[in-house]
Amino acid sequence: MYQWVSLLSLWAIPVTIAFVLLYGWRKQVPVYETFVDGAKGGLTTTIRILPHLIAMMVAVSMFRESGALDLLLRALKPLLDLLHFPEELVPLALLRPLTGTGSLAIATDLIAQYGPDSFLGRLAATMQGSTDTTLYVLTVYFGAVGIRNSAYALKVGLWSDLAGVIFSLLIVSYIFA
Amino acid sequence: MLNVIWLGLIVISIVVAAVTGRMEAINAAAFEGAKTGVTVCLGLLSVLAFWMGMMRIAEKSGLLELLARVLSPIIQVLFPDVPKGHPAMGYILSNMSANLLGLGNAATPMGLKAMEELQKLNPDKQNASPAMCTLLAINTASITIIPTTMIAIRMQYGSVNPVEIVGTTLLSSFAATIVALLIDRMYRYRHIRRHR
Repeated sequence: MYQWVSLLSLWAIPVTIAFVLLYGWRKQVPVYETFVDGAKGGLTTTIRILPHLIAMMVAVSMFRESGALDLLLRALKPLLDLLHFPEELVPLALLRPLTGTGSLAIATDLIAQYGPDSFLGRLAATMQGSTDTTLYVLTVYFGAVGIRNSAYALKVGLWSDLAGVIFSLLIVSYIFA
Repeated sequence: MLNVIWLGLIVISIVVAAVTGRMEAINAAAFEGAKTGVTVCLGLLSVLAFWMGMMRIAEKSGLLELLARVLSPIIQVLFPDVPKGHPAMGYILSNMSANLLGLGNAATPMGLKAMEELQKLNPDKQNASPAMCTLLAINTASITIIPTTMIAIRMQYGSVNPVEIVGTTLLSSFAATIVALLIDRMYRYRHIRRHR
């Protein structure tokens, strides 16, 4: 299983690249010029996203460094105890929608501290893998096309992050406990 | 909503910093955050440029259209307001398959192209359309078959069986995606009813 998985992740990208290029070449697409033309689009998109990312990163960074995040964690603690949610994983669950690198750092730290094969280590890995940085995805995707009003997308994203956290806890407890 | 969250995060931070005497820390944090924004963007630039180059070839050669045609029944259910055979479908599919394989950095450019196509269909350019919200729901929940990053970290810390979490991640992200799609449907109907 492990060999199969690592082989797949190793081959997926090179095979995709080769396939797209060869298919294009067969259909007589000027592959080099077309690639460069498309890549130019990546440049304009990045520039359009930049201001949105700066705005979001400033707010998240301030919120963390001011101690507001710690306060929020402390306020939520009674509720989490009630739900038997392991306290060590609360920062991960709360930071996940806000920052991908931040939550990855926390997950890595938990795995280093408790060991990759501990209950907490497995739960941290599963949780990190089955949720996403909702605020970042929203900022990047809507920022790129100039959407100002995100309608109900943020609510759906946050609910699904919560669902991911809860299912991770249930499933890891069931399978590994 | 984003307006309120952004304003809230910053105002609360300043108030808390004032109370706890961490003014200096959030001064630094504001500019550190801005810098992170630029760093993240630069990291994104290389990946975006590369994959958008590849995507243009797939588009020009008709590969995307082929993909869209073959898998349109699935997309049609999730995105009922995207016309059959529209280029958005091909991009949505590539985005979904890259997400499935845990190739986050390949998924983003494709998702962005999908967003651009959906924006062309959107009658109100300032407000997100229901289709855009569904695309976002799929991306934030994202079923993951191979959580590459977490496997690598588990290996690094000497796990006996690093891929052990593949099953749990698959199950829980699958369940979360179902929940996301259900909630998205609920809001979609409410949204459509309100805007009719």
